Amino acid sequence: MSSDTKKVLFGPVINNNPITLQVLGVCSALAVSNSMANALVMSVAVMMVTAFSSMFISMIRNQIPSSVRIIVQMAIIASLVIVVDQVLRAFSYQLSKELSVYVGLIITNCIVMGRAEAFAMKEKPLVSFLDGIGNGLGYGAVLLTVAFFRELFGFGRLFGIEILPLIQNDGWYQANGLLVLPFSSFFVIGMIIWAVRTKKPEQIEKD
Amino acid sequence: MEHYISLFVKTIFIENMALSFFLGMCTFLAVSKKVSTAIGLGVAVTVVLALSVPANQVIYQAILAPGALDSLMGITDPAKSIDLSFLSFITYIGVIAALVQILEMILDKYFPALYQALGIFLPLITVNCAIFGAVSFMVAKNLEFGESVVYGIGSGMGWMLAIVLMAGIREKMKYSDVPDGLKGLGITFITAGLMAFGFLSFGGISL
Repeated sequence: MSSDTKKVLFGPVINNNPITLQVLGVCSALAVSNSMANALVMSVAVMMVTAFSSMFISMIRNQIPSSVRIIVQMAIIASLVIVVDQVLRAFSYQLSKELSVYVGLIITNCIVMGRAEAFAMKEKPLVSFLDGIGNGLGYGAVLLTVAFFRELFGFGRLFGIEILPLIQNDGWYQANGLLVLPFSSFFVIGMIIWAVRTKKPEQIEKD
Repeated sequence: MEHYISLFVKTIFIENMALSFFLGMCTFLAVSKKVSTAIGLGVAVTVVLALSVPANQVIYQAILAPGALDSLMGITDPAKSIDLSFLSFITYIGVIAALVQILEMILDKYFPALYQALGIFLPLITVNCAIFGAVSFMVAKNLEFGESVVYGIGSGMGWMLAIVLMAGIREKMKYSDVPDGLKGLGITFITAGLMAFGFLSFGGISL
């Protein structure tokens, strides 16, 4: 793998993470991070949509008139999200109920749109595809980290398997009620940003 | 009448778009540095929501809902009933994009001063998940036309309230001594978390 490909694929995971650095795609990151299973499905869905929409948009980038490009991009993204939604409903109805409107919200997830606009409109299809995968990985990394803390300390479980036995079930762990509530992911993401920026001081914002 | 008022209060405070459902977070976090810009964006979002939620309600009930086209096409056999609800995502996003475009043109032509003030925010709104989210919730809740008007305006006002409050806090926060790694985005996340915590207390109100 050449260093360029590596940069496109793994750069967005830490160095240029869509959530912690570019402030994109935050909505769903907060709402669906209560369990690892939800987070994993959501990350895969976003990764697929980002990768394929970037690839398709890049394929037709020279044919799109710039005045209607947003609508064209939206149409491509929306069609892909419909596919994802129908597949989820067909194969895992329970999960699609839990994710409810947030699957549809992938359309307006700024990561997808942002990558289409910033990357796919300029680059070749294959690179755009990898860029989409990379950004999906970056999004998934943050989502899974948040879900890890929330599910482990909020419910004492990971992927639904009990890790820390709860007091209610004759164990020793008192679950942290705060982490069950959706807004706790604000704190967790804030802390992740703090950790990443302490490690990489060049990301610190100047005021 | 009472029903509408309680729905209005409920959408602003208890089911606040930004702080209870975490929708429109990208813009909420990125464009909340100054109170004046926050108000401008808030007004624009409210206007678009007030138009697009009822518009999509009409389109959904008249065309997309399962069985909506049956009488028009003369279908009486329930097995052949037309269900276009899988097209809903792409329709909503098309309607929202078209409305934003029309609004932009009307403002440009008849209210140039307002256009100057709001102009830069309008394109941002198409990809604001608060709009798409409110439309999806409207369909999920099965609201009538009157209710959808109230729901659209209420959720817009709620979002505006949240972003203006956030901008107010961030203006004050410029003078505080925040750890380097938390500056900017990090502390904004944590502040938003605390605000969501506060809004949680409205959940106790029963209407």
